[in-house]
Amino acid sequence: MDFTALRKQFPVYAYEDIVYLDTAASSLTPQAVIDGMNEYYTRFPVNVHRGVYRLSYQATEAYTAARETVAKFIKASFEEIIFTRGASSALNLVAFSYGLSVLKPGDEIILSALEHHSNLLPWQAVAKQTGAVLKFVPLDPSGRITAEAFASTLSKKTRIVALTYVSNVMGYITPLKPIIALAHEQGAVVVVDAAQAAPHHAINVKELDCDFLAFSGHKMCGPTGIGVLYGKAHLLKAMPPIEYGGDMNDHVTLHDAVYKDPPYRFETGTPPIAEALGLASAIRFLQDIGLDAIAEHARHLREKALAGIEAISGITVYNPTTETGIITFNLDDVHPHDAVTYFDADGIALRAGHHCAQTVMQWLQVDATLRASFYLYNTDDDVKRFLDTLRRARTFFTEAGF
Amino acid sequence: MDTLENLYRQIIMDHYKNPRHKGLVDDPLYVTKHIKNPSCGDDITIQSLVREDIVEDVRHDGRGCSICCSSASVLASLMIGKTEHEAMTLTENYLNMITGKPFDQARDLEDALAYQGVTKFPARMKCATIAWQAFGATLNKKAGETDEQ
Ligand SMILES: Cc1ncc(COP(=O)(O)O)c(C=O)c1O
Repeated sequence: MDFTALRKQFPVYAYEDIVYLDTAASSLTPQAVIDGMNEYYTRFPVNVHRGVYRLSYQATEAYTAARETVAKFIKASFEEIIFTRGASSALNLVAFSYGLSVLKPGDEIILSALEHHSNLLPWQAVAKQTGAVLKFVPLDPSGRITAEAFASTLSKKTRIVALTYVSNVMGYITPLKPIIALAHEQGAVVVVDAAQAAPHHAINVKELDCDFLAFSGHKMCGPTGIGVLYGKAHLLKAMPPIEYGGDMNDHVTLHDAVYKDPPYRFETGTPPIAEALGLASAIRFLQDIGLDAIAEHARHLREKALAGIEAISGITVYNPTTETGIITFNLDDVHPHDAVTYFDADGIALRAGHHCAQTVMQWLQVDATLRASFYLYNTDDDVKRFLDTLRRARTFFTEAGF
Repeated sequence: MDTLENLYRQIIMDHYKNPRHKGLVDDPLYVTKHIKNPSCGDDITIQSLVREDIVEDVRHDGRGCSICCSSASVLASLMIGKTEHEAMTLTENYLNMITGKPFDQARDLEDALAYQGVTKFPARMKCATIAWQAFGATLNKKAGETDEQ
């Protein structure tokens, strides 16, 4: 695969001479995805499920086909795919529908300090409402979740396990298969936050055997405003909706209503139709390149960048053993917001801050970090420019007296 | 990298490395305001003591980048001894300068003029204004009031 040639498919590069290293926040958008969304707005820009006329039928067909594409992407069935606004709202849906209805006082929810706020705060809120207790898998010295540490946290009281598949700060891959098997032995249900995994991994929910899985379109070349919650069919069937209104019901009277079966039960109102089509286009785009090839490319760039960083003194890398395309680091004694401005002035987009993962910052005992994340449109030249700037930045801040 | 050198001016670095008037006091005559910028983690507390219309003391503490921390020190150095009205006008002037609005060049912002370079880095405006906003808020409150934000 010629990754450099692929860049031509990302229109932003025609306008910006940018080294984009913030994919872990949001990926760039290829023309194919823009076209996928435009098709809706140009050819059948009308509501789905409602109109009994040809255009509405066409729109509904396209929307349905998008859900099928997503289902195949993670080896799920059609009715197991719920469209949401993103990973955050998908995780909120599990917490406030499944969590609220099953949790009893004293039940335990297992999380980790590596969680994005979107897989922490919903559980905090649900635990407060139900009297359930949060437990955290202790991280190993490099900051990883291990199956052993998980086993020591698991108990007969564990009802829900909610863990990230790939950490958005450390880039580590959680050993989910043994964790899920252990959790199921205790009768617990496992929720996987795959926001950082879906862009880089072929996910097979049947093989993984997770009960729920969430991800976002905008981190995998898709549009913003769309995400996915996968849930096992029998679990979704038993769950109450958390939003009520049009489209999610079969029959309505003054005092009662009968709700639709999943997935529609959880999708009230006019859905993000163009975004669903865009997500399907993104999936086809990634599959045409090959997810393994994408992961390998990101790993190659990360290794090259890491080797370069390690040759510069005065830089701390917090995740040198990571297996994905994320490098989290700081210039010693330089606040990441000071550092990031230097990169910005050189046309290099890095993330600086706590990355919506303040518990990871607390574990690392830092206020904030820089993060470079590599993806399919990055090149060896990007790595070179990044390292050149890093070297000059280090000298600049030392000379400035930091 | 002219503009960057302009951003990290010597005055700014000096106040960053050797902050003046740093550390909070536990005195009910002071007005305290705490501002946190959740997106970047800057976290600043400003205290002011105004008596008989004069800003007698300004204290600050917090964590953040060089622009944020140094600006609190520069602010304190500038404001102590000013009348409350002058302090208010200077604060408005400074905030206008940073956000690229017209500001009164005749009012002497002294060392705070060094932050003009920030206008070239819109992403950093927040860093340069958070301490000043907190200070402005203390002037609008009564002694002993504390505010968490
Ligand atoms: C691991 C992880 N989980 C959840 C999210 C939330 O995704 P979104 O902002 O698309 O809802 C993110 C993205 O920032 C993430 O990295």
